[in-house]
Amino acid sequence: MSTISEKELDEYRADASAWFSENTNADPDFMLPLTFMEVGTEQQFDFLRDWQNKVYEAGYLGANWPKEYGGGGLDQKFQDIATQEMGKHNGPIMLNAIGLNWAGPLILDMGTVDERQRYIKGILSAEDIWCQGFSEPENGSDLGNAQTKAVRDGDEWVLNGSKIWTTQGNFAKYMILLARTNPDAPNKYAGLSFFLSPMNVPGIETVPIRKLTGEYGFTQTFFTDARIPADTLMGKEGEGWLVAMRTLEYERGVKGGQPGGYVMRASDPFEIIDLARKAKRNGKPALEDPVIRDQLVQFLVEARSLQLNSKRGHIQPLVQDNPLSLALSSKLQATEFIRRLNEFAMTLQGQHGAYYVGEPDAYDEGLWQRGYLNAFSATIGGGTSQIQRNIIGEHVLGLPKTR
Amino acid sequence: MSQKATIGFSEEQAQLLDVATSFCRDKSPVEKVRSLLTDELGYDQATWSELAELGWLAIAVPEELGGIGLGMAEVVPVVEQMGRALMAGPFASTTLAAQALVVAGTDDQKDNLLPKLCEGTVATLAFSEPSGSWDLDQVECKATKTGDSITLSGRKTFVENADAAAWIIVSVSLDGAPALVAVERSTLPEAALRRETIIDETRRSYQLTLDDVSVPASNLLDTAKVAAALDHLHLCGNLLLAAEMCGGAASVIDYTVDYLKTRKQFGKYIGSYQALKHPIVDAHIGYEKARSHLYSAAFNFAQQGEGEITTRIAKAESGDALSFAADRAIQFHGGFGFTYDCDAQLYRRRSLWCENQFGDAAYHRSKLAELMF
Repeated sequence: MSTISEKELDEYRADASAWFSENTNADPDFMLPLTFMEVGTEQQFDFLRDWQNKVYEAGYLGANWPKEYGGGGLDQKFQDIATQEMGKHNGPIMLNAIGLNWAGPLILDMGTVDERQRYIKGILSAEDIWCQGFSEPENGSDLGNAQTKAVRDGDEWVLNGSKIWTTQGNFAKYMILLARTNPDAPNKYAGLSFFLSPMNVPGIETVPIRKLTGEYGFTQTFFTDARIPADTLMGKEGEGWLVAMRTLEYERGVKGGQPGGYVMRASDPFEIIDLARKAKRNGKPALEDPVIRDQLVQFLVEARSLQLNSKRGHIQPLVQDNPLSLALSSKLQATEFIRRLNEFAMTLQGQHGAYYVGEPDAYDEGLWQRGYLNAFSATIGGGTSQIQRNIIGEHVLGLPKTR
Repeated sequence: MSQKATIGFSEEQAQLLDVATSFCRDKSPVEKVRSLLTDELGYDQATWSELAELGWLAIAVPEELGGIGLGMAEVVPVVEQMGRALMAGPFASTTLAAQALVVAGTDDQKDNLLPKLCEGTVATLAFSEPSGSWDLDQVECKATKTGDSITLSGRKTFVENADAAAWIIVSVSLDGAPALVAVERSTLPEAALRRETIIDETRRSYQLTLDDVSVPASNLLDTAKVAAALDHLHLCGNLLLAAEMCGGAASVIDYTVDYLKTRKQFGKYIGSYQALKHPIVDAHIGYEKARSHLYSAAFNFAQQGEGEITTRIAKAESGDALSFAADRAIQFHGGFGFTYDCDAQLYRRRSLWCENQFGDAAYHRSKLAELMF
């Protein structure tokens, strides 16, 4: 592979910058979701699907993925630049989060050539929306105990059961699905298989779930004698747990391979300073309260902790004692931080902390309030904070398993 | 208003980290630490000579003054590993005294004293006073200049390693402004030093009564540079304490995790219980954060502004990390944790010393509030 010159990268950046500056509409006349888990209306969905398609067609999504499957075939550096420019121009999120960040990398990593040809391009173009069928109503944290059944019948698998917290389930064409193919396996993990299941078949139904904020974004998915083709099995029968764990490594950010863009717009935690400057508590500026000042410093320090941990992760001598530690603990830290930061933002507002989105007198349009409630999606989803502590305790500190 | 925190690590830091890790582990096993608790001197002189020969006392002293010419950033991994091994000795106090001379020493003082300190002559600072002020320019001890002599009065507290030190850099008020004086310990009256009873038994701390002590006027450090020296020493002191506490946090967590893996109750390893597992994970995360801040502070130390911010953060975070980890270490060792034989107390006692020197976490956060918003 030829080396890439600085000039080449600079030119690419200039082109990307021009394109995003020309084509980004960050502020339509309705509220855009900040994360892929908050796509609640058709209007939002259509807008974001067009946007992702446009970015892809321009070559600024999946630039690093193989050309033969629909990617740009360029070095990772180019996609990183494109993603940076997208952020600089305040570009809306990429819609097809599960496809781009989990299913796509997984299919490129473990899938057959046929699977790559069938799925990758549609993931990038947002033609084919993907969802994830892991959690079940009775098995949230205990993923390995999934009970949705897949029974082989000739050239088909017959699905029965239910999945929950299916992000964009009502929009999805495909689902990465963890289902039980052998109830009599020697242990619960060995009975699981992994499917790239179509959603548009008789017997699969999605019902929207209303979140604690009153909004939508997730569905519950019901399978009633739904028949899917035999070749939708990913990997071998009984290897579902291994494939699912591989997928979770993508979800938890331990593994690379994503096609760029972003699926969440992290608000800048330092914006809390602006709120603190204008907020009043008990009739006085919040910043005059010494306790508030002390707490605000702690939050700013914590924001720096997250930045520094991620940078220190690349300094080998400073992580050699425990190479997995920073990567495995970042999800817990980042998500709990955002929850507590939003909570603190309401403390800063004193009595006004009781206002909510829609109230004209609310600070910052009530976004901190809604941010706090939505923050639980990240401290609960993808393995709750409590499960994360088990994982860190067991895989980083080597403590005995909790059972 | 976004803030971007930065971190970096030099080749020299990496080498020193590597050497210091094995040196401190070999020279300061916990049996050795414990045997020194009741030793009057409080540290091992042979080890002291060895680390002086390794050049560690010269790391942050400029080459033209007999040093190696690196910076405080390179001292950090050494002190971190000393803290990890609970190693006792006057390394930090001698390093700080040397920094006082580097910044504010006269040419004669630098030429005469610095090469000696680099080779292992012990020195220390006498800055604290009964008022307990952490602001180093708040000095009540007095100095009066008469001819070629300076007469001192007042009382200094928390003077580390004063008995072992050949030189003590003392802060005093001279003509209404802070000044620094180098006092040769051998010239002090017999009763000038009294050993203090302190919570960290790995350390030696003294009160220094300055009444009737006089030194030659040539022992006065450059008065024009005192303010800069005090600012520098405040940050150096905090940086080294942060390093020591960060290292301590790493090892007290290891110590506790070992116990959680081997101790059984109700037929199960206690580390399998989430009531113990989750808090020790939180302690570990606290340590990882503190370490990121420590090396961010080391990296930024020489930068105006960012050096102060990152150092104050590192001190506050390391203190919180070690205190929490050591506090939980005592609790999680159960009945054994309540005994003198359990090492958890060594770390908890150390954190209570370290946190309270050069400003505790709340003090630094109040300063950070001024700097960050």
